[in-house]
Amino acid sequence: MIKRILIIAILILIVVIFLPFVKNIVLKDSLNSLSSDYIETTSKDLKAANIVTGVVVTFRGLDTLGEVTVLFIATAGVGFLLRRKHEKSGKVKKRPASEILSTGASFLFPLVIFFGVYIFLHGHLTPGGGFQGGVIIASAFLLLLLSNIHFQFNHNILHWVESLSGAIYVLLGLLGLILLGSFLDPRFLPLGTLGKLLSAGAIPLIYSFIGLKVGSELSNILDSLRGAEE
Amino acid sequence: MIIAFIIVLGIIMILAAVIAVMSKNLLTAIIASGVISLLASIIYLILSAPDVAMTEAAIGSGLTTIVFLYALSRIKKINREVDDD
Repeated sequence: MIKRILIIAILILIVVIFLPFVKNIVLKDSLNSLSSDYIETTSKDLKAANIVTGVVVTFRGLDTLGEVTVLFIATAGVGFLLRRKHEKSGKVKKRPASEILSTGASFLFPLVIFFGVYIFLHGHLTPGGGFQGGVIIASAFLLLLLSNIHFQFNHNILHWVESLSGAIYVLLGLLGLILLGSFLDPRFLPLGTLGKLLSAGAIPLIYSFIGLKVGSELSNILDSLRGAEE
Repeated sequence: MIIAFIIVLGIIMILAAVIAVMSKNLLTAIIASGVISLLASIIYLILSAPDVAMTEAAIGSGLTTIVFLYALSRIKKINREVDDD
């Protein structure tokens, strides 16, 4: 009874705290100085058609590096907690996937991989980027894991792709620091024209490596979850 | 019109959240939490944030649901082994 009353009291308290913020919302019809500066510099200095990508990879590139690091630590934690137990495997017999699932998966797998690569290669032109493309690639591998019970990841390739793309990402950032004086500055490559695939300096390169890293990390998480289940 | 649509989506999201918390069946709770993310991604798309919508749809409703389902199957397997012993 007291618990219920406390919960209701806390809910009322939250409403009282947040009501002034909701009341005082003023929708502006003009951008503030920071956003208009971002919009101008991404199209002028970076030649990136997608402003969000310009902000994520360049102006807040250090944040993105931190996010990738968080994801890496999460993957390492999952891999550590769900280590494969070899002596227990082979106990539970698994039913093979149905005809529809396996045929559909083998048809869709290359298309989904292709779509993921498209999304992170065009991260500087269209919505999306490294994270989204990487997740889509991981979902393609998930389809393969679900449809084919004998499918095994090549862990060497997975680990090499992950660590190499992470290292190259940091190296590209350091290259910007050495050549232009600021970390993760993508302008050491030719900028090209706005809206073309080969434009925006090193942004497509950096985002591709982020995409590969995220894709291999998430595939790794899925694989260790499934491996522990066997 | 669009605002009414967003409000309807928000109401369904709140209902799904209540189901996710209250449901005794874990599978129902996992599916309900996936529905929340899917509807949230539609709202992001309407509010013209396609980047966030893609991330929310792929990670929130796709990958997280699958990870939860794998975890659920592990829990069930552990329970079965405990029952066998």
